[in-house]
Amino acid sequence: MADLTIKNLKKSYGNVEVLKGINLEINDNEFVVFVGPSGCGKSTLLRSIAGLEEVSSGEIFLDNKEITELAPAKRDLAMVFQSYALYPHMSVRKNMSFALELAGMDKKTIDDKVEDAARILELAPLLERKPKDLSGGQRQRVAIGRSIVRHPKVFLFDEPLSNLDAALRIQMRLELARLHHDLKATMIYVTHDQVEAMTLADKVVVLNYGQIEQVGSPMELYHHPANKFVAGFLGMPRMSFLEGQVIGTAQGGVKVQLDSGCTVEVPVSGAGLTNGSKVSLGVRPEHIHITKDNEGHFSGVLDVAEHLGSDTYCYVKTNAKESITVRISGDFSCNFGDTVSLSLDLSQCHLFDAQGQTIHKLNRAAA
Amino acid sequence: MLNLKQRRRIQSIAMGTLGWLVALTIFFPIFWMILTSFKTEIDAFASPPQLIFSPTLENYLSINERSDYFHFAWNSVVVAFGSTIIGMLIAVPAAYSMAFFETKRTKSTLLWMLSTKMLPPVGVLVPIYLLFRDLGLLDTRLGLVIIYTLINLPIMVWMAYTYFKEIPKDILEAARMDGATLLQEIWRVLLPMSKGGLASTVLLSLILSWNEAFWSLNLTASEAAPLTALVASYSSPEGLFWAKLSAVSTLACAPILIFGWVSQKQLVRGLSFGAVK
Repeated sequence: MADLTIKNLKKSYGNVEVLKGINLEINDNEFVVFVGPSGCGKSTLLRSIAGLEEVSSGEIFLDNKEITELAPAKRDLAMVFQSYALYPHMSVRKNMSFALELAGMDKKTIDDKVEDAARILELAPLLERKPKDLSGGQRQRVAIGRSIVRHPKVFLFDEPLSNLDAALRIQMRLELARLHHDLKATMIYVTHDQVEAMTLADKVVVLNYGQIEQVGSPMELYHHPANKFVAGFLGMPRMSFLEGQVIGTAQGGVKVQLDSGCTVEVPVSGAGLTNGSKVSLGVRPEHIHITKDNEGHFSGVLDVAEHLGSDTYCYVKTNAKESITVRISGDFSCNFGDTVSLSLDLSQCHLFDAQGQTIHKLNRAAA
Repeated sequence: MLNLKQRRRIQSIAMGTLGWLVALTIFFPIFWMILTSFKTEIDAFASPPQLIFSPTLENYLSINERSDYFHFAWNSVVVAFGSTIIGMLIAVPAAYSMAFFETKRTKSTLLWMLSTKMLPPVGVLVPIYLLFRDLGLLDTRLGLVIIYTLINLPIMVWMAYTYFKEIPKDILEAARMDGATLLQEIWRVLLPMSKGGLASTVLLSLILSWNEAFWSLNLTASEAAPLTALVASYSSPEGLFWAKLSAVSTLACAPILIFGWVSQKQLVRGLSFGAVK
């Protein structure tokens, strides 16, 4: 069992409030990812849970026991640092056994646990080496091994893959997913990489300016973002936003006059909206299609096209100088400066009010 | 015109020569001191100075007759090691807290500590002398240990602070997560990682304490007098006996020179072994 509950957690450095009242429930066996832009407080939140950062107010409970004031070692958590933080003067074996030695375990048990972890992480041939003789990926595995041997209630990862090269990062990401499955442990993972967040998480916590913007499964956040920030943060390439204003509400949705010239009817609830309200229409690259001349909702000028083989990303400038990203098939051929006609899949579009809050979709509002 | 290769060659010869010149200039007084210690008093006075002479050990023998060299040497050993050990016991925790738990006043504290080294020692001689007299510390080894600890502490804290600063904070936090107490964190993680730097701090403190003369001359008489006081005793009261003075100086320098030379090898090894990452 390892349920973590955070209640109204605040943290300030002098006058700067870094965490502004965090409330969060993390359930046993969950893989939770804290994601957000740099400076959003995600690392501070993780370090507060670890006990490395003193909190200004609020409470943290682990299995209904308050741990807010407890020393890091007494919390039964293990942490993997971004810099690996291996002890350079100790062999891999010593690095992994250090915590167990401090806990006063007997040598036989320690050896068994270290061998076990080394087997899981394929570190057995490296046990007698020093960290400086290891590659980046191997060091990262040692750092994970150091946590595994302790069988902590919760694993904490602070941007563990950001020092690795792209190929290794993907490999370690898969290994982490497998590890989570095998260990059935509660894991909290901090990253600014939304791909890691989407692929690893059971639950994603999106943070911005020291506040939680939204909590949910990756797909829930992707398809039903609570606000413009979450919508823009998750998804690769990012969601495009078209500014406009409401010109009428009807049974089928809200009529919006976009700055780029066209009028669209978005199937969202018109409650709270009046004619003239400023809104943004959010549309993901896969929900825009390039159509034949003048058959789309509006047209734009092709700025850049990136050919990735399987897909092509087209960056199109609208009349209102907004940039829209379109994802189309890989064999699409086009030239810079071409005028293209775009059609929107309006049932998949999101509408945000002037404060950036999502306006509920009609079908979802009913449900 | 010289080509690049020739220019490099000439440059390297020039730099080498310059290096040797500087080294010889620095070493010359020591060389001359050792040489003079093997001369008779008459040879030592000779003008122009002689490089070729018949060496004698009479100076060294007469020193041992006149005063108990080992008594002074033992005092030097006790005060140098005593003050270094106590200094390290204070400097390491102080530098630890300043390096890893920095506050906005840490930098000023460090600067203030260093500024005490800018004060001329003679400025506080009278108050310290009176304090020592009243506390019964005059001419005691304990007194010297205390004063040496105090005068070397700023440098020791600064050095340890600089070495600790190079250690990533993450590693100490990892130790804390692993369940290390404060002492275990320092003893099993911090010290092994900074052993090269701390060894040079120890060495410097030993050398400074060993060579210190001002306080030892003013605060000791016979009982606790270290080698520096012994050397001084040869210069004034009996007139200038160059050969004997050189012999006693050689004897005073020899132990710390040999110690420094031996531990320097250890130091270099320690530094390369402790290489981080």
